[in-house]
Amino acid sequence: MAADRATVAHLLRRAGFAPTSAEVDAAAAAGYGATVDLLLDFSEPDRADAAPAPAFTPYSPLAERGLTVAQRQAAQRQRNSEFAALQRWWLARMATTSHPLREKLTLYWHGHFATSFDKVRIPALMYGQNQLFRALGAGGFEPLTQAVAKDPAMMIWLDTGTDKAAHPNENFARELMELFTLGIGNYTEDDVREAARAFTGWVVDPRSLTWAERPAQHDFGSKAVLGQTGDWDGTDVVRILVSSAASQRFLAARVWSHFAYPVGTTDPIVTDLLPATVNMTALLRAVFQHPAFVSPTARGGLVKQPVEWLLSLVRILGVPGDSPRLLPILGALGQTPFRPPNVGGWPQNDYWLTTASSMARLQAAAFAVRSADLSPVADAAPSARVDAAAHLLGVSWSDGTARALAGVAADPRQLVTLALIAPESVLA
Amino acid sequence: MKPLSRRRFLAGAAGIGVAAGASAAGATLLGGCSSPRGHPAGPTPGRSPAAATPSESRPGVLVLLALYGGNDGLNTLIPYADPAYLGARPSLGYQPGQVIRLDAELALHPALTQLKGLWDAKQLAIVRGVGYPDPNYSHFRSMDIWQSGVPDRDEPTGWLGRYLDRTGGKDPLWALSLGPTMPPLLQGASVAGSALPSGNLTIASAIEAPYTALMTPAAGAPALQQRVAASGADLLTVVHAVREVLSAQTAPAGGTNLEGGPPSSTARTAAAATGLDAQLDVVARLIVGGLPTRVYVVSFGGFDTHGTEKDTHANLLAELDSAVGAFAKAVAGHPVVLMTFSEFGRRVAENASGGTDHGSAAPLFVVGSGVKGGYYGDEPGLTDLDDGNLRFTTDFRSVYATVAEGVLGVDQGAVLEGGSFPTLGFV
Repeated sequence: MAADRATVAHLLRRAGFAPTSAEVDAAAAAGYGATVDLLLDFSEPDRADAAPAPAFTPYSPLAERGLTVAQRQAAQRQRNSEFAALQRWWLARMATTSHPLREKLTLYWHGHFATSFDKVRIPALMYGQNQLFRALGAGGFEPLTQAVAKDPAMMIWLDTGTDKAAHPNENFARELMELFTLGIGNYTEDDVREAARAFTGWVVDPRSLTWAERPAQHDFGSKAVLGQTGDWDGTDVVRILVSSAASQRFLAARVWSHFAYPVGTTDPIVTDLLPATVNMTALLRAVFQHPAFVSPTARGGLVKQPVEWLLSLVRILGVPGDSPRLLPILGALGQTPFRPPNVGGWPQNDYWLTTASSMARLQAAAFAVRSADLSPVADAAPSARVDAAAHLLGVSWSDGTARALAGVAADPRQLVTLALIAPESVLA
Repeated sequence: MKPLSRRRFLAGAAGIGVAAGASAAGATLLGGCSSPRGHPAGPTPGRSPAAATPSESRPGVLVLLALYGGNDGLNTLIPYADPAYLGARPSLGYQPGQVIRLDAELALHPALTQLKGLWDAKQLAIVRGVGYPDPNYSHFRSMDIWQSGVPDRDEPTGWLGRYLDRTGGKDPLWALSLGPTMPPLLQGASVAGSALPSGNLTIASAIEAPYTALMTPAAGAPALQQRVAASGADLLTVVHAVREVLSAQTAPAGGTNLEGGPPSSTARTAAAATGLDAQLDVVARLIVGGLPTRVYVVSFGGFDTHGTEKDTHANLLAELDSAVGAFAKAVAGHPVVLMTFSEFGRRVAENASGGTDHGSAAPLFVVGSGVKGGYYGDEPGLTDLDDGNLRFTTDFRSVYATVAEGVLGVDQGAVLEGGSFPTLGFV
């Protein structure tokens, strides 16, 4: 059953990145439900797999000890350059993927389990975590969280690997409860301290750079976490946390907030979604099929993350996906892949609306139109160019925006520059 | 739903905008988030900032320096003579011979040499044992508490946002944040501070008029859409005023950027501009140049030292010391007060990773030529602990009350609720 263009454009924007007008047309012809099914079907290989995977120089902190200062600096420079290549690889993948929802979900999990290269410093581990999100991101929340708890990048980021029974480090245990599974108010300080004891003995093996267990450093005593007492280890703690009712509400609220519009855990929509929290595929389907997902509140309810906005320059205007300008633009807008601002990930909406980001968008748009294919707008008669720009970008203009754009319709570059930063184009 | 109130710290300034090879014309900024006004705030073209609000009519300028991650207060102001200090920190503690002594009991971290100079000149106040009742050990919640000034409930406005509501009107220049994010402390109920872009501040003159038309908030549009327009409109106001002040000082050929060089140097300066020294350098130049801004906020991250703290923390404090020292010299004679704060101090005892976990009370620094140097508040004891953490001696709202009345010239009731907090007298 055919669907209206604006509704499927909304779905494609939220479930992927910057749909082209041809993609919107195809989805409108297929219908809303069929488009949801297609978005959630990851069975076919991704055409983005054709691009070579990033390559990394083998690295071991043990081998590094024997190096001179100059050799160590050279190795770090090499890792930094491999990291930049990793960032470009993911951006290109998001631009070219045939499974946009899987990449969008990977970006979601990157913000949920936010880990930064700034502390991890080993690009291969950031890539490994990224692949973990891609492989397990659409399955159950527990298997994913269990894997993240043993993910070496996460272990370095939140100091898990340095725990010893005598002095447990609380960093991971606290963020696991507060940011990853429960939300503040659903655990106590005692829960944090007890859970930290359960994770003692988990280390990153310095040779293989993978998770390993050191029983001599594990606290085998009894621990009470969320009222359940036993000789828990880290796996037990993750299971206890993720299987709690608070965790299901937490997850449903977070996912809805990122794909539709921000809500708290007590919102009735969260209750509607609870039966679908068994796995992420079911949860996302429930989100996209919920009547409120296509409501005016949802359609005006999110500001584009900078990555989404940037990919409109690449996917719609044809700015080269490997342009060296792209990462600096993201830095200026405040969302550098693999470098979230902190373990809380990127906030939403107002966080992206600043005088500083207005400047960055303006300058990036002015850059983009210099290398873009503007023919869909430029080839139209001047009086039709404002509408052509709306069609190209998949938005509809308010009267005020249409008037402002009409004033520069004689100059397609200026028109598209302003169309890209118009309030309608900044919303997701 | 809480608009602007969260999570922005651990990586701090290092987390943004320093990608190598930034060569786009000024596609660089200190970043972050700002000015989601609930209503239109049009630019005020043609206004001369220096003349609009002469400095003699201003009570003072407040510069807040946020230390994200939880600065280790006990290794900042060190109770070197107390045996319990090295007892709790056998590997992380400093020996009496390593520290910069202030008196027979307390000393500064060895990296804080410039602050020692300010202390000797009586321009450094150290407020000790600052905290709040029932301490929270979450970065996010505790930073929210410090930023809102309300410890016992979730409050969406910041303590200086309420100051803006009371005094700033719609002027987006009233409070400026530099650094990767706009802190929620500048979020008011009806207005907020602005985020100052770094790098090239050039906006093509041909585009200004249609840009202004585009950024006129449309009645009836979704609220977020109106906020996009409002922050877009604020950009022109901020850029015009800042450019005017900076170009009067440096007059570089071919345009203006925040580092004072021509736009071609953007790639080099972009990385530098996220450093604390560069942020405070910009603030100093704007103050000296007479921008009417009353509150600046700069950010410095990386203080969440759960592991291998000693070198990391020493490097952070050295950077802090050098930036604050240079800033104090640059604004000497101006009515400026700089104050540091962090979401909490750290656990008294070191952990097994050579670091410290989240703690509670900590000292903070207040610097300025008009500051009455010395100690304020009592030093918390190292033996009477609350589950391993220091007990606070000075309520953070007393610090805010002192700043509100002594620097900003408003009654503390304008920014604080819950009665009258004793002021501390450091300004």
